[in-house]
Amino acid sequence: MSRQSLAKAHQKIQELSWEPQYHEPYMKYGTDYTFRKAAKKDPLKQVLRSYFPMEEEKDHRVYGAQDGAIRGNMFRQVQERWLEWQKLFLSIIPLPEISAARSMPMLFHVVPNPELHNGQAIQMIDEVRHSTIQQNLKRLYMNNYIDPAGFNNSLRNFQTDYCGTIGRQFAEGFITGDAITAASIYLTIVAETAFTNTLFVAMPAEAAANGDYLLPTVFHSVQSDESRHISNGYATLLMALSDEDNRQLLERDLRYAWWNNHRVVDAAIGTFIEYGTKDRRKDRESYAEMWRRWIYDDYYRSYLIPLEKYGLTIPHDLVEESWKQIWEKGYVHEVAQFFATGWLANYWRIDGMTDEDFEWFEYKYPGWYDRYGKWWENYNRLATPNGHNAIVAEDVDYVYPHRCWTCMVPCLVREDMVMAEVDGQWRTYCHEVCRWTDAEAFRPVYQGRETPNMGKLVGHREWETLYHGWNWADVVTDMGFVRDDGKTMTAQPHLNLDPKKMWTLDHMRRMPPLQSPNVLLNEMTDTEREAFRADYVRQGPAGRPAPTD
Amino acid sequence: MTTTERTERSVPKPVFTDAEAGAREFPDSSPAARRYNYFTPAKRKQTHYEDVTVEVQPDPRHYLAQGWIYGFANGEGGYPLHWTKLKAWGVDEPEPARGIGSGAMHVQNWPAHGWHEFRDPNEEWEQSLFRYNANVVRQLTQNVDNARNSKAFDQWTPNWIRFVERNVGAWMHIEHILGLYVFAANERSCPTNMHNTALAANSTRKIRFAQDLALYNLTLSEEIDAFDGAAHLDAWNNDAEWQGVRKVCEALTAVQDDWGEAIFAANVVFEPLLGELFRSNLVMQSAAGNGDYVTPTVMGAGEYDYAQRDLRWTISCFAPLTQDREFADHNKALFQQWLSHWVPQALDAARQLQPLWSQTDHKPPRFEDGLDHAKSRFAGILGDLGLDTPEELKQ
Repeated sequence: MSRQSLAKAHQKIQELSWEPQYHEPYMKYGTDYTFRKAAKKDPLKQVLRSYFPMEEEKDHRVYGAQDGAIRGNMFRQVQERWLEWQKLFLSIIPLPEISAARSMPMLFHVVPNPELHNGQAIQMIDEVRHSTIQQNLKRLYMNNYIDPAGFNNSLRNFQTDYCGTIGRQFAEGFITGDAITAASIYLTIVAETAFTNTLFVAMPAEAAANGDYLLPTVFHSVQSDESRHISNGYATLLMALSDEDNRQLLERDLRYAWWNNHRVVDAAIGTFIEYGTKDRRKDRESYAEMWRRWIYDDYYRSYLIPLEKYGLTIPHDLVEESWKQIWEKGYVHEVAQFFATGWLANYWRIDGMTDEDFEWFEYKYPGWYDRYGKWWENYNRLATPNGHNAIVAEDVDYVYPHRCWTCMVPCLVREDMVMAEVDGQWRTYCHEVCRWTDAEAFRPVYQGRETPNMGKLVGHREWETLYHGWNWADVVTDMGFVRDDGKTMTAQPHLNLDPKKMWTLDHMRRMPPLQSPNVLLNEMTDTEREAFRADYVRQGPAGRPAPTD
Repeated sequence: MTTTERTERSVPKPVFTDAEAGAREFPDSSPAARRYNYFTPAKRKQTHYEDVTVEVQPDPRHYLAQGWIYGFANGEGGYPLHWTKLKAWGVDEPEPARGIGSGAMHVQNWPAHGWHEFRDPNEEWEQSLFRYNANVVRQLTQNVDNARNSKAFDQWTPNWIRFVERNVGAWMHIEHILGLYVFAANERSCPTNMHNTALAANSTRKIRFAQDLALYNLTLSEEIDAFDGAAHLDAWNNDAEWQGVRKVCEALTAVQDDWGEAIFAANVVFEPLLGELFRSNLVMQSAAGNGDYVTPTVMGAGEYDYAQRDLRWTISCFAPLTQDREFADHNKALFQQWLSHWVPQALDAARQLQPLWSQTDHKPPRFEDGLDHAKSRFAGILGDLGLDTPEELKQ
């Protein structure tokens, strides 16, 4: 279709817009936002007559590349260090995608602009595409990569594993609570507009550097749809901004959505890119450099700040704080270290860092070796079973962290940990913003204003609670992270597939029982709890115990 | 000519890793480990469709150890099973009560409840969805282009032009409302990823068909001098014949908090008694006699969507519920109650359409014959679902 005829066709389909005459549609989902003014045009201007052939052509390219990769023996050049992390990533990501599809109808119910519903419906179809095309990519990896364990049971694993639970925020957050908070601000304005840049552009580039050109093939195809979804969010945001009453809610939701995305996406993607790669060229961008380019410059400075003139209150302080977390406080390094500490609770293999890695980290993040080098040397020393326990139960100057009740990533930047009694339970938070999210934002009243549609944080948010007092062998068995010989663990702290070098349930059996930090916290007296807090915030970096005075 | 020394470019170096399947032997290296192993396939061998849809959306009754982590204001998260009054076996069983030291409490009898047994017989996922719809729009474009090039629209009589501009035009609104505000609107509410995907695919076809009709209308406006491209709006908003259908169509969007009822009423009642009645028994039967061989190809694409895809998944979704090992009686009673509610409305709307049968020069088969045909088709669908034909059908 030519551009001119496309414009005419789009104009024609606007005649389909519906004004109810006999029955008003049932409004199942609610919002505390109001839309009384300024309907916006459908920014997508997508007509299905051209959309379907376009997507089919994109599919041809994706599936053609997949056939080529298999015929060309791509997996002879794929780095195992990289592909092991895909067991985590690809177990999570199809759910956020299909949740995005589920969230679009919530917007039909609350955004009173039939023209925008067209774009939202197309986004719904796109998201079905993304979920199934990603699930199919994982299937291809399972069939052709050397170690299928972790891919073959991924959708059971991620529902059981704490990493999967962290990732589920990036899905359940789209489909519950206030429809605008969930499906517009959290999903399209922040997740899709800002953080898919690192998810779907930066990370695939790293995959290619590690011999995997299928991840970029699939995810760049996905990202070419995402760029259209950004327009959906922008149009809804402008509608919301035109109503003064919404500004307080917009400020709340941008703060929550920005911080939660930073905590979750930077933790995961930062780790994949920095610790999952074998590409240690000094001139390849670090995650911090990518973040500065994709998130800070492209999103914050080019997209968000210009919205200030329309009355949007931008969380400048949180953007700067996020950067500080990544650049000064070692957020990504702390997360990667925690993943590796808890390798035995997961379902992929985590390679240790080598001298070449150390040199690269020191070059990119001066001071890295002094903080993390010794711990990673210990990780390598303890990688294959040799009469010792897994690293989590050995003395390596690392204090097992408490989890953040809100984002569920542990409180790794220890000095920032906040403790509070909320809903009758003592909870730890990784940062004051996460405490605010739980205790103030996700409540039916916000700063004196009724917010009856706002969602709730629910569930067993600390994974360790479920296994408090269990032996590690039973934990791993219960989760099902065991290979087909019935004893070798799916996860390993190295990449050696020699069965004699692999950890088994027998090695787990001799370890001390797993303890839930939160259960223990709630068993403490007030005095003990305060002493715990005072000690915790003096710990770190790299999980080191508080210095003894 | 001078030469300059090239510095080595900084690019990642290919490395031979030998990380392909079968390169080494170790626990889980066998071909048997290369299949998704967390669900029980519907048939002996798991299908590609199942691999890309089943279990993508979690269920606390399966493996969701920490439970839902976000809820609505009332604390409910995920895809509550009570968002329809229909029931599948197992739904009244309590969810595992997890807590301190409980472990994951994984499902022992997957799928735990009957909703997870649904498989879309169309096996819709992204590849099938785009292939199918791209083929439809390509074929339609070719048909219309060919008609335009051969001046086929010159054969149309004035009465037929009026009929198409008003009535074929009016139908685009029905498809649009059903696509967006019935099928897509309920896509959030259904219980599993297989339902969600089938609903999204159904919605997509409806929205496409609505746009096919709108764009066909645009082409006719450009090709036929006397064709009024805005007349469909007047017919839809004002013609008495259309107000009954419109009323039922809008009522489908207003079903109170029951995705099952909305989809059942749309695909089991509305479509055969009104959709096929209009599309097949009026438009497609009338066109040839009125010199029009193009409109039936456009209408026929939508008709094929319903007959071969939308209805197929609907029967696979609802028929097992009338045979459900635990709730068959409950579901049958509910379906019959819904039939009693929706069938009279649909028949009343059908009768309001009757004057359309007299508007064209070359008359289609009689309205009563068309309606009988629609009723007979409807009764057959109810038979496939294991339901009784309601008394109201005799009206």
